[in-house]
Order: sequence, then C-alpha cells, then structure tokens
Amino acid sequence: MSDSTQEINQIINQEYKQGFVTVLETDTFAPGLNEAVIHQLSAIKNEPDFMLAYRLHAFRHWQTLTPPTWAQVTIDAIDYQAISYYSAPKRKEDGPKSLADIDPEVLAAYKKLGIPLDEQERLAGIAIDAVFDSVSVATTFKGKLKEVGVIFCPISEALRDYPELIKTYLGSVVPHTDNFFAALNAAVFTDGSFVYIPKGVRCPMELSTYFRINAANTGQFERTLIIADEGSHVSYLEGCTAPMRDENQLHAAVVELIALRDATIKYSTVQNWYPGDKQGKGGIYNFVTKRAECRGDNSKVSWTQVETGSAITWKYPSCVLLGNNSVGEFYSVAVTNNYQQADTGTKMIHIGKNTRSTIVSKGISAGHAQNTYRGLVKVLKSAENARNYTQCDSLLVGDQCGAHTFPYLEVKQPSAQIEHEATTAKIGEEQLFFCQQRGLSAEDAVSMIVNGFCKEVFKELPMEFAVEAQALLGLSLEGSVG
Amino acid sequence: MLSIKNLTVNINEKVILNGINLEVNAGEIHAIMGPNGSGKSTLSHVLSGKPGYQITGGTIQYKGKNLVDMAPEIRAREGVFLAFQYPVEIPGVSNVYLLKAALNAVRKHQGLDEVDAMDFLSLVKAKIKTLDMDEKFLYRAVNEGFSGGEKKRNEILQMAILEPALCILDETDSGLDIDALKVVAEGINALRSSERAFIMVTHYQRLLDYIKPDYVHVLAHGQIVKSGGADLALALEKEGYGWLEQGQVSA
Repeated sequence: MSDSTQEINQIINQEYKQGFVTVLETDTFAPGLNEAVIHQLSAIKNEPDFMLAYRLHAFRHWQTLTPPTWAQVTIDAIDYQAISYYSAPKRKEDGPKSLADIDPEVLAAYKKLGIPLDEQERLAGIAIDAVFDSVSVATTFKGKLKEVGVIFCPISEALRDYPELIKTYLGSVVPHTDNFFAALNAAVFTDGSFVYIPKGVRCPMELSTYFRINAANTGQFERTLIIADEGSHVSYLEGCTAPMRDENQLHAAVVELIALRDATIKYSTVQNWYPGDKQGKGGIYNFVTKRAECRGDNSKVSWTQVETGSAITWKYPSCVLLGNNSVGEFYSVAVTNNYQQADTGTKMIHIGKNTRSTIVSKGISAGHAQNTYRGLVKVLKSAENARNYTQCDSLLVGDQCGAHTFPYLEVKQPSAQIEHEATTAKIGEEQLFFCQQRGLSAEDAVSMIVNGFCKEVFKELPMEFAVEAQALLGLSLEGSVG
Repeated sequence: MLSIKNLTVNINEKVILNGINLEVNAGEIHAIMGPNGSGKSTLSHVLSGKPGYQITGGTIQYKGKNLVDMAPEIRAREGVFLAFQYPVEIPGVSNVYLLKAALNAVRKHQGLDEVDAMDFLSLVKAKIKTLDMDEKFLYRAVNEGFSGGEKKRNEILQMAILEPALCILDETDSGLDIDALKVVAEGINALRSSERAFIMVTHYQRLLDYIKPDYVHVLAHGQIVKSGGADLALALEKEGYGWLEQGQVSA
C-alpha cells in the first residue's frame, strides 16, 4: 500500500461524535414479541381500538413472512425475540405537559446533540419533534403552526386526536403487507411524526424530527406520515443518532408521504446512526421503507438523503407518480466506511401522463465498506410521455472497498424517455497529491474532493442542513486518508 | 536556494536517479533536458514530495532546510511549486475555491491573515487577465473538461496566485500548440524575479525559445551528463539525444 493510500485510510477513520449514552430511569418492556406485547404497547399509548386491531392484523401477517435476502449485504440472522419493543424515559402519571416535566437528562442529551428544545434556544424557523427511543419527548412550535392549520405532532398523539386522518391515510402508501419490515413496523411502531398541511397552505417553517436511540437492546420502530393537501407545500427534515454499543440494534421505520393535487413535499434525511466500530462490531441496522404517492395532478415529491451512519442501511425512498404531470425526485449521498454496508436507491413508478422523475445517486465507499445503488424505474402503459433521468456515481476511497450498481428498468409505454448515466471513480492518489502540492493537508483535500463529488445533492438540502451535511461528511471520512 | 547533492532515487528497487548534483540560486532559470526515461519527471516529483519514490542516498537542501523530511503540503507552503505535466481533474470543486483554499493554506503557514473573498476575487481577476483566460474558468470545476492548453494555463494561474519561490515546471510545453505555448511562456516570464528560481523539465528545445534559461542540464541514465548555457539546448535540438546513448559524453 502506498503512502497516500495509507493517508486516505487514516482520514476515513474517525470517532463517532454522538456515541454517548444518557443514563435514565426508563419504562422498558422485557425482550420478546407476541400478541400480549402488542396489547401492552397499544395500552401504554392509550390507543383507540382500531389501532390495536390494525397492529394485531399486521402482526399475524408478519408471522407468516420470512426476512428478505435479496440485498447486497452480509448479515447474521436477527433474533426478534431478543429485542425490546418499547423503551421510554420514565414520566409522570399523565405524561409531560411542558418541558419542565421532561427528564433534564433527556433535554441535556438533545442539547449535546445540538438540538435545543427549550424556548429560548430553539432554532428559528425550524419546528422540531424530538423522538427518544420509543416516544416523542417534545414538539416545538406546535401552537404557532396550529395558527395556520398545520398539524405537526407525535403520531401517537395523532392516533388519538385525528383518528379520521389516520384511518384514511395510515398504511395507504405502505400497507402492512408490503414487506417483512413494513409488517413488523405496522405491528409494533411506537412513535414518529405526523404532519398535515391543509389546502393551499405553505408551511411557514421547516419541520424536523430528530430521532435518538438511547436504550440498549431495543429496536426503534418509527412511523412517519405526512399529508400535503391540495396546493400545499412543506419541507421536512429528519436527523438520527445513537450511542456506541457493541450489539447491533434494529431501526425499522416506515415513512409515508401523500401529495394531493398541486402539492409539494420536500423530505430530507441526514442519517447518522452509529455505524459500528472500525472492526465492524455493533452499529444500527437501518431497514426502512419510505414511499411517497403523488396522488394528485401536478404534485411533486423530492427525497434528499445523506446517509453516513448505520452498520447496514437498506432503504429505497420511492415515488408512485399517479397524478398527471406529477414529479418525483431522489437525491442521495451514501457514505460507507470501515465495515459499513449500504444497499440503497429508489423506485420511481410512473403511472400518470407526463410524469417526470430524476434520480441522482452518489455513493462513496472507503475502508472495507460495500456500497450498492439499487434503483427501479417503472413506466406503466398509462404513463404517456413519462421521462426519467438517472445519474449514478460511485467514488472509491482506498483499495479495499466496493461499489455496485443495479439499475432496473421496466417500460411499457413507447413514448417514455429514459436516460441513465453511471460513473465510478477512485479518489486518486494523483488528485490527493495535486491538492497537497498546492498546500492543502490530506484531510482538507479529501474533504474537498468528496464534497465536490456530492455537490449536486447538497444543493438540494435546506440551507441550514447543507452546511451540517458537509461537516458530517468530512467527519465520516476523517481518517480515511493517511 | 536549492542544493542537491549525490541524490539517488529508486522506484521499486530500480535505480532511477543515480547521483544528481544541482545548485539553483534565486533568480536563475535551469532547464533539465533529456530523452524519455532519463529520470526528468522523477526529479520533479521527488523535489515536490510525491509518494512512491525511495530516496536511497544524498541530500536535498531548500533554503537551508532538509527538503526530504517535509510533507508535500509543507513543501508547497514553503514555496515549492510543481506545475504538473498532467494536471488532474477535480469534479464539483470550482477553480476559484481551490485557488483560495491553496492561497490561504500558504498564507497561514507564513503567519499572514487569510484573504477574504472580495480581496481574493480582485487578485485572481487581475492575474487571470494576464494569462488570456476567461473569468468563467474560475467557476468551472478544476480542470474538468479543460483542453490540454487550458489545463496548462490553469497551472500557471495557480503559480501566479501562490507566488512560490521555487517553480518546477514538468513538461509544461507538452501538448501545447504554438499559440498556447506563447501565452504560457509569457505567464512564466511575467513571474521571473530575482527572488524566484525556475526548474524547467522539458524534452524539447522549443519552450526555451520563449523562456531563455541561464543553465541547461542534460540528464541521461539518472545522471546529469552535461551542463552548459542556453546554447547547449540548441545543440541538442540539432543533434538529438542519440549521441548521449552512444556514450560519447564529455561532461
């Protein structure tokens, strides 16, 4: 191995900064999953009866399924009976009414993560729902949003307060029969965010959910549902971190987005779950089903994701383009380092006429990591003049990692136009030496080269988070050169 | 400024440079000529600190310091600049960003304040004019989609911005048509100063029509086999390198 390859390897290897554990008194279920656990879960959350029925139905279906094996990942079998399905900071009888009722340790944890929840320090222009293990601990700016009719609350609250919206939309994009993890999530999901933007409203601030896994041996099963009614507009961002633990932890989320006529949803993710240590021990299994339906004409959904964490990432944020002239977009940066594995991409299903989709995927692989893009573009007979543009670029850092691309195309409409471009490049020792010869340190050089590679995706992120994402990328690859 | 003594360099156990001696003072221009495979590029790479070469003997002193011990970025900050034979492309990173990052890295090392964006832009716009380059080059990704001539001009632009003390030009004339060659040569001549030295590595004499060297050294089999004034280059142009290969050397 040459000097500069060693240098590349050093830059990638850095410490995970969010790996602390918060010591708390918690209500945690004993590990195990059966119908009694689901009854208990539904009861502790004071859910309406229809939810319990929904969960049990999903659970019975899940029991008939076997875990999928088609992804390009290596994984040991998961023991679903060894996981605890509920953990929450201990709270007073009727739950926290204000921040004063929240365990100060929880507030401190969020503060440490740079997510202040108290009134004085809230981030201007961003409403935050903070989900800690299995519960939402706080949602900021709820009142201000309510003034314009925007509902932004924990989904556990929405189940009780907006049962009609839940009955209409929950599971309407990702039914519990969709896949193994979607079925499991439907049975045991604990919390997540619920967003409803009424007709014609442009949501006045960024909505954001910050997911934190803290407890050991628990799974986090988050459920997010966003409904953009006719002519509305919303931008939503989620962030995720977890402590460093030697055991793998499961995060199996379902996210459903519904855009009605002329509505726009922009959904951004900065995922930084604990990736495991340098030898590949521990880390989060991030198995997520995310799907949007552009139900109305002229609706638009844009997914942007920056995936730097997790031991294994397995997700395909997708768009079903039902409405005529509807638009789906997917912009992705996936970084894998050490022994991380990512199998990620998107599905664009063109059903309506003149539907358009854009896919820009940037995979960066370093250390011994494996990074896979898997994408489906499907154009049905009904989708006249559908158009898709796909661009898949892979960047290899060092000489022991891998990049894989699996594009699937199914086109049943002859007027469709599909373009696909793919490149694979290696952070060259030549590039690195060139930058060093101009006076830049190896770290700065790698960070500059990688950020340049990801530029097309970063420009899609909301301003505040684009900066954070760039910094995060720098950290994720720190030590990969050297 | 630069003093090379008995330098021997291997690549994978193979001897490439075999006892180089060279003294370069501020204000001088040295041309290093020689046939392909004579070790010309190796010399420029070793001076700038490119990995992959084993220095097996000899010393390199730069401004009284041991150059061999310095990391490539430290050499750059200390004023050693290599204009690459094949400048690399860096997609997504704008030229202006790289230039500013590089200049500030150098300034910081020298204990100077970093330049702000406005001052930097006026500086770079003045320099770019002298190289007959369009301002739009500043906002394009580093060397991406540049023609051969544009890449070489871009190298000279970086040199003009960083104002190094020792400029090493590795086959800067290769791949240039005559018009581009003139522009590049003018750019280099504009940087000549009594405080700056140049080492021009070249296979052909034609660059030396535009930049007159003080000394010409002929490299063959890893050694400087002949040194002389600018006339030596003309003689080489006439006779080729064949006479070196036949061992008719009178160093």
